[in-house]
This record gives sequence, C-alpha cells and structure tokens, in this order.
Amino acid sequence: MLSKKNKEALFNPLSKDNPVLVQILGICSTLAVTANLEPAIVMGISVTVVLAFSNVIISLIRNSIPSTIRIIVQLVVVAALVIIVQQFLVAFSYDVSKQLSVFIGLIITNCILMGRLEAFALNNTPWSSFLDGIGNGLGYSIILVIVAFFRELLGSGTIFGFQVIPQWCYDHGYENNGLMILPPMALITVACIIWYHRAHNTDLQEK
Amino acid sequence: MEGKDMNKNSNAYQIIYSSVMVILVGAALAFVYMALKPQQDENVANDKRMQILNAVNIATDDNTVKEKYEKYIVQDLLVDTLGNIVDSAKNCAFDINMKSNVKLADNERKLPLFKCKLDDGSIKYVIPVYGAGLWGPIWGYISVDENGNSIYGTDFSHEGETPGLGARITDQLFRDEFKGKELFKNNKFMSVVVMKKGQKPTNEGDYVDALTGATITSRGVSTMMENCLCHYDAFLKSLGGNKPQAPESK
Repeated sequence: MLSKKNKEALFNPLSKDNPVLVQILGICSTLAVTANLEPAIVMGISVTVVLAFSNVIISLIRNSIPSTIRIIVQLVVVAALVIIVQQFLVAFSYDVSKQLSVFIGLIITNCILMGRLEAFALNNTPWSSFLDGIGNGLGYSIILVIVAFFRELLGSGTIFGFQVIPQWCYDHGYENNGLMILPPMALITVACIIWYHRAHNTDLQEK
Repeated sequence: MEGKDMNKNSNAYQIIYSSVMVILVGAALAFVYMALKPQQDENVANDKRMQILNAVNIATDDNTVKEKYEKYIVQDLLVDTLGNIVDSAKNCAFDINMKSNVKLADNERKLPLFKCKLDDGSIKYVIPVYGAGLWGPIWGYISVDENGNSIYGTDFSHEGETPGLGARITDQLFRDEFKGKELFKNNKFMSVVVMKKGQKPTNEGDYVDALTGATITSRGVSTMMENCLCHYDAFLKSLGGNKPQAPESK
C-alpha cells in the first residue's frame, strides 16, 4: 500500500520537494487567488482533486499514448476534468463556483498539473501517481494558505472575512497595508517563505 | 517491443488515437452537461431570486429563497422609457435577459422592474442594472423607496473580478454605502457616482467611496448605475409625482 517510494511521492511535495517552493510551479495562481483565505482554500482543494485524477488517468493510459502527441493528450484530459469539476460545482455547490469563477478554468493552465503529468504520471503506476497528485496538491495548498493568511491579515485586517484586528488599533492610527492585497506582495511573501524554507533545509541550497 | 513503439508513433495510430480520445471526451462532457443542466438552471434562477431579495435587504439561503421570493416580490413590471407600464404578467421581468436588453435601442427597450412589499407594508421597487467591470460583466439590483428617489438597498454581482479587489463590490460594506443616497436632485436625475476616497463629484449629486485598488471595477459600477437607471427617470418621477406628501427619505 505505502511502500517507501509511495510515501516519498505523497510526503516529499509537502516540504522537501514542494511544488511552489522548490519546483517553482504554480506561481501564477499563487499570486492571483491569495488575497483572501477562502478562495485560496477552495482553489487548493480543486487543484488537488484535478491533479490526483488527471495523474491517475494519464498513468492508466501511459502505455498507449504516442509520445509525439502526449502534451495534447495531457491537456485534453486536464481540460475535460476541469470542466467536469466546474459543472458539478455549478450544479451542487453554486456559491463556491461563483466564488472561484475564472480560477477554476485557470486550473488548466496551472503548471503544476502539466509538470506532474510529464515528470511523474507518464512513468509510474496509477496508485503512486494518485499519491503524487495528492501530495503535490497539498503542498501547493499549504503555501496558498500561508500566503493568503498573511495577505488577508495585513491587507484587510480580517481572517475568513471576520475582523481580527481590533477596532481600537484603527482608532489609534493603525492602517491596513493596501499593498498587501496587490499581486506584487504575493510574490514577495512567497519569496520570504522560500527564503525561510531554504534557510532551514540546507541540502536545498545551491552551492 | 521496438516494433510496438514504432507502431505507436505512426501517423495512422496518432490520428486514430486523438480522434477516439476527442470523441470519448466530447461525449463524456456532453453527457455531464445534459445530466446536470436542470439542476444548474434551477441554481441560476434561485441565485437571481436571492440577489433580488438581497437588494431589499432580505437575507435568504438555498432552502428558503423560493418561498420568500414568492412572498415579498408581489409583481413583475415592464415599463417603457416614458414611464408607462407595458406589461405586468407573472415573471415578465424575471425572464428578461439583461445582457441583451441593455443592447437594444432606447425606444425598443422594455425596462424590467420588481415591485416588492415588505413586512411593514412599505413598497420598494427593485431595478436590475447591468454593466462592465474590469474582466467581465458586472450586474446588480438597486431597490428604491416608494417615492422613487432614495436607495433602499443594493446588490452587486460579477463574473470574474479579481478576488480581494474588484470582487469586493459584493461586500456588504460597499453595498451599504449606497443606502439612503438619492437619485434625484432638484427634480433632475443624478445617479449616485462612485468616487475615489476624498474626491467629490463636480455636480451636487450623491456619491460613495470607491474600493481601494479596484479603480476600474468601481468606475464600472458608477457607469452601470448611471446608464441603467437613467432610463427609469420618467417612471421614478411618476412615483414621486403620485405621492407628493411622501417623506423624502428615511
């Protein structure tokens, strides 16, 4: 069930081989959806689901895919899954689908998906591909949540839309940092996390 | 093994492979779409009802929306730009697609309107508005008091504005800014404009503060209200004219 290799596929992406921090994949959506915590979490879940299932599907048909058109095959599988997820959200969870609107569609272009399909699913069995998808999806979600936490806290003074910075701070001259809700600060926040992460994982540092 | 690989990269194999894949995926998507369509349509209609009720400050959830809508929205109306009521059949305003409606020439347009009766017996009119944000369409519902002048409540929605920036037009805080603002000054229509914090419009019309970091979406809301509400000028005036004693606003 969980051989050493499968464990690595599942747990490495959480830190040592994190898609955002180490593989530097999926940065674009990390910048876009992290102004608030709630969309960040839903985005994380959706990417995890789509990634796990597209990994499994590609892994199942990996021996039949002609290598010359494999990118197209991967794209079709991912796009189809994303549309199905979107249709289900509209039918059964309309609020969430409204919240995410265009970002669901953007999952298709999320580099983590193509990256993992190319690097892992094409050469591995469905079960370990599934674990790899879950692991990478979670690794991505963790970073999204951390970034969104700081951006929402410092940029809007709220967490999940609830005011957490007490009113008397504002009365005494505290101001929300408007820059935090703009995309550049997401990049800087991600950079700070990468900095911290590298400092604590010396084997990741380039010589 | 080698023979098999060669085979996989042959033109015939690739063409057949991609054709079969496209047909299978297409069929699967079509099936999912058709199977879920009724449920989705229902959700969209309920969402619209919810937005209309939001504009008169009635909170609902998925389970109660239909029932509350039937209770509070007493009549659908279609008016023309001269202020005459042209239709009042059930759902005649609800079924209007605002996207195509705003594109019609002024004299062809039938303006949808919802008459709402609240628990305290007061009458509100809910007017749908439709416009453009930064990334896509934005729309909303504006409810006005019986005197046709002051805004009672608003609701805004968008298709794809940036979360945390333009998407905040749906926030209660922003929507509440419009409450009590007046659409007429000295008997002349003057839409409520959305201005950058600290700025004031050049005329004496009412204004609200724009959202920080969402200049274009805020401007879109302003333009949308101006463009859509101005057509109701005659109708809203007739409301005020019928009731000269009505209090100006709450």
